[in-house]
Amino acid sequence: MAAIESSPRHEEGMSNGMLGFILFLASEVMFFGGLFAAYFIARADAQEWPPVNLLTEEQIAAGVQLEMHVGLPAIATAILITSSIVIQWAEFQIKKGNQAGLIWGLFITLAMGVIFLAMQMYDYAQLDFGAGDTIYGTTFYTLTGFHGAHVFGGAVFILIVLLRALGGQFSAQRHEAVRACSIYWHFVDVVWIALFTILYIVPE
Amino acid sequence: MATVAAPGTQAYARPALLDWLTTVDHKKLGILYLYFTMFFFAVGGILALLVRTQLAVADSSFVSNNAYNQIFTMHASAMLFLFIIPVWAGFGNYLVPLQIGAADMAFPRINALSFWLLPPAGILMFAGFLVEGGSANAGWTAYSPLAQQSGSGMDLWIISVIILGVSSTIGAANFMVTMFRMRAPGMTMFRMPIFCWTMLVTAVLQLLATPVLAAALTMLFIDRNFGGAFFDPNTGGNAILWQNIFWFYSHPAVYIMILPGMGIISEIIPVFSRKPLFGYKAFVFATMAIGGLGFSVWAHHMFTTGAVLLPFFSFMTFLIGVPTGVKIFNWLGTMWRGSITFTTPMLFGIGFVSMFLIGGINGMFSAVVPIDFAIHDTYFVVAHIHYVLFGGSVMAVFGGFYYWFPKIWGRKLNETLGKWHFGLMLIGFNLAFFPMHLLGLDGMPRRIATYSESGWEALNFASTVGSFLIGVSMIPFLIAVVAAFMRPKDQPDDPWEANTLEWGTTSPPPVYNFDELPEVRSERPLFDRRHPDLAGGGH
Repeated sequence: MAAIESSPRHEEGMSNGMLGFILFLASEVMFFGGLFAAYFIARADAQEWPPVNLLTEEQIAAGVQLEMHVGLPAIATAILITSSIVIQWAEFQIKKGNQAGLIWGLFITLAMGVIFLAMQMYDYAQLDFGAGDTIYGTTFYTLTGFHGAHVFGGAVFILIVLLRALGGQFSAQRHEAVRACSIYWHFVDVVWIALFTILYIVPE
Repeated sequence: MATVAAPGTQAYARPALLDWLTTVDHKKLGILYLYFTMFFFAVGGILALLVRTQLAVADSSFVSNNAYNQIFTMHASAMLFLFIIPVWAGFGNYLVPLQIGAADMAFPRINALSFWLLPPAGILMFAGFLVEGGSANAGWTAYSPLAQQSGSGMDLWIISVIILGVSSTIGAANFMVTMFRMRAPGMTMFRMPIFCWTMLVTAVLQLLATPVLAAALTMLFIDRNFGGAFFDPNTGGNAILWQNIFWFYSHPAVYIMILPGMGIISEIIPVFSRKPLFGYKAFVFATMAIGGLGFSVWAHHMFTTGAVLLPFFSFMTFLIGVPTGVKIFNWLGTMWRGSITFTTPMLFGIGFVSMFLIGGINGMFSAVVPIDFAIHDTYFVVAHIHYVLFGGSVMAVFGGFYYWFPKIWGRKLNETLGKWHFGLMLIGFNLAFFPMHLLGLDGMPRRIATYSESGWEALNFASTVGSFLIGVSMIPFLIAVVAAFMRPKDQPDDPWEANTLEWGTTSPPPVYNFDELPEVRSERPLFDRRHPDLAGGGH
C-alpha cells in the first residue's frame, strides 16, 4: 500500500526541494557566521567586557548602562527550545497520519514563537542601552535582531504550513513542507542557543 | 536532427514581450542574463575610458577628484557585480541543463527570480549618481572608515550589492541541485563537461562566501545609518574587521569570477585541437582544490595592515598557484600535437591561457610578503587584477560568445571580424595594462585622481591609448553581431564538431531541449556518436 502511494522521488532519497532548502540553510549559517565573527573580534579586542570604559560622558549622563538581565531571556530560551520539541512531535504525528496532532503541534509552536518574539521586544524596551552605545550595544542588537527576524520568518513559515495542514494537504507519505519547516525551526533554535550562550553566559 | 513541434505548444503562445518578461525557460533567462551583463560591460567600459582619459596626462582636470572617485568605484562595481559574476550565470543558465541533458534547471521559477533581482539592483547602484554627494566613491572594496564618509549613494550601493548577493546565492543553490539531481542517464559526475564542473565549484563558493559579504554589508549599513560601532575603534569596533570579512568573501569571489571562464576555454580548446582535454580528472580536482584553498588566502590582500599572520597567508597563496599551474598544463597538453584550427573562439582560448598566465605569475609575485609591502596599493596590483579578469575572464566571455553563438542564436559570427576583434583587443589590452606593472614598480599609487609631472606621463598615455584600442576592438564585434542577426538561422546542430551534449540538439534548441538524448558513455558523448568505432574510451 505504502509502496504504491509513495512517489518515485522518495525512493531516490532527498527531493530536489529538500536539497535546495538545505543548501539555503548552509548560506544562512555563513551569514550568521559573519555576524558571530564580528562579535568574537569585538570581545577579543575589548579591554573589559562590557566595555564601560568606552562610554562617553554624555552616554553616562543619559543613563546608559551596559548590562543585560538574564532572567527573561532565560525563560524565552526555555520556551524556544521546548517549541523545537513540539514541532518535531508534530512532524512525527503526520508521519503516523495524525492530522489533528500535526495541526495542534504547529499551532502550539507558532504560539511559542510569538511569545518568544514578544518577550524579546519587552526585553529590548527595558534595556538601558541602544544599538549606538559602543560595540556592546551594536553587536547585541544586530545579532539578536537578525535572529529575531529569522524567528519571525520561521513563524510565517509555520503559519503557511499550518494553513496548508488545515486544508488537509499533508499525509503520512507527503509532508515535505512540514519537514522543511521543522528543520528551519531547529536551525533558528540552534542559532539562539549559541547566541544565548555567548551573549549571556560566557563570563565577562 | 529534425525539429518536431511538441504537441500543444501552440496553446502556450503569448505576445513576445510578455513571454520574455515571464519566462522560466533556462535558455531565455540565460539570454536575458547575457544581454543584461553585456549592457553593464559597456557601461563599465565607458567608465573605464573616463578614468583613462583623466589619467592620460599629468595634472589633468578632466573630471573633479570626487567625480573620479565615483567613476573608478562604479567602473569596478559594474564590471565585477553586474558583469563578470552574472555573465557566468548567463552562460551557466543556458548551457548547464543542455550539457547535462536536462530539460531545465531544478527550480525554474527561482531561476527567474535570480535574474529579475538584477535589473533593480543595477538601477539602484547607478541611481547613486542622482543623489546628493553622488554615487558610491570608496572603491569597490568600500574600506572603513572611507565608506563611512561617503554620501547616500553608498547606501544605495550597499543595498544593491546585497540584492545581487541574494541573486547569486539562490542561483548557486539552483545550479548545485541541477547538477546533483538532474543529470541524464549515463551522465555520471565524472562525465560532466568541464564547464559544468567549474560552474559547480563556483556555485559552492557563491553559496558559502556571498552570505558573508551580505553580513559585512549589513554591518556597514548599520554603522552608517543606525549609529553602529562595528568598524569604529573609538566605540570598541575594529576597522580591520571590515577588511577581514570583506576579503573572506571577495577572495573566493575572484575564483567565482575566473573558474567558469576556465571552464569555457576548457570546452573550446579540446574542440579546436581535435583532442580530448588532457587530464580531465586532474582538471576537476584542481578546480576543487582552488575552490577549497580559495577560503584560506583572503588576508594576502591585507599584508600591510600588520594584523595578519604573514607566513600562513603567503604560503597558502603560493599553494593555490599549484592547482592553477596544473590547469595551464591541462590546456597546453591538450594543444600539444593537436590538429589546431585557429578559429576565433580558439584564439580567445589561447589568449586566455597566455594572458592569464601573466596574471597568475604577477599574482604569485605579489604573494611574496616583502614584495607586497613595496607594491601594495600601487598600479602593479591594478595590472595583476586586469590580467586575470580581463586577460582571463573577458577573453573567456568573448570566446564563449563566438563558440556558442551558433547554438544560442542559430547563426555564426563572422570569422574575419572576429579575428580583428581578437587582434585589436589583445594589442589594446597589453598596451593598456602592461605599462601599469612598470608604473606600479615605480610607486604610482592606485586610485589617485591625478599625478604631477614625474616621469609617469608616457606610460600613462600609452595605457590610455591601449584602453581606447580595446574600445575600438568592440566595433568589429558589434558589426559581426548585427550582421549575424540580419542573416537567417542556418546553423546545423553541431557546426564545430564538438564533444558535449548541447551540440546534440538543434541550433537553437527547442523549448524542451532534446528530441532524443545521445547515449552518454564518456565525457565526450558527441564524439562517441560521430566515431562509434572509437567510443568507449575516456572516463
